[in-house]
Amino acid sequence: MSTHKLNIKLLKMNITIKYFGQLTDITQLEEETLEFGGTYVYELLETLYRKYNTLKTKDFQVAQNQELVNENTKITGQEIALLPPFAGG
Amino acid sequence: MKDKKPMKSVFKEGAITSEFIGNSIYKHQTKTSIGAHNIFLGQVRADDIDGKIVSAIEYTAYEDMANQKFHEIRESAFEKFDLTCMHIYHSLGTVKAGEICLFVFVSSPRRKVVFEALEYIVEAIKADVPVFGKEIFEDESHQWKVNS
Repeated sequence: MSTHKLNIKLLKMNITIKYFGQLTDITQLEEETLEFGGTYVYELLETLYRKYNTLKTKDFQVAQNQELVNENTKITGQEIALLPPFAGG
Repeated sequence: MKDKKPMKSVFKEGAITSEFIGNSIYKHQTKTSIGAHNIFLGQVRADDIDGKIVSAIEYTAYEDMANQKFHEIRESAFEKFDLTCMHIYHSLGTVKAGEICLFVFVSSPRRKVVFEALEYIVEAIKADVPVFGKEIFEDESHQWKVNS
């Protein structure tokens, strides 16, 4: 049972991350695929903050499979989007 | 007689023209149970920000999620209000100052309903739909618009 858990923990998945609006000024790209070995949204964010230092200073929400989630949500989907404040209309 | 169609994209490339808006009004002449229409038009404002003038807004969106949100707004508006039909169009890409970027059109047998419904829908769009606007200044620098 414990080895089974260990295997799951080591299993990395590929996640597509989409960036929008002002966040693309920082990332210089709109989409990328990352290999992610963690469990929660905050772990993914830590990975991204290491990659893009100034991302941490920006205001944004996270969507998983097109639904807004919080930092403690488990990552289950393969598409994560970082959404800065909306400006429709 | 409710005009509930399956989910469709509300996005249009570029500005929404007055011809398109006029034509939408014309198309409703056959729907004679309607007694009142109400229309909201969002127009790009040439804001003066620290001496620089906004000349256009370049709209982008998380399109799949945005269309889903538009769909939810539509469903909940039909649930809350006695609407005969409802149409939403939002621009993507560049819309110049003075041009129309959002067109919301609601219709009902009675007028009171359309006043309330239109405000509800427009406020929901501003709050819930992942659309982003890059304000382009006349000198080609930019800043990102945030809804207030």
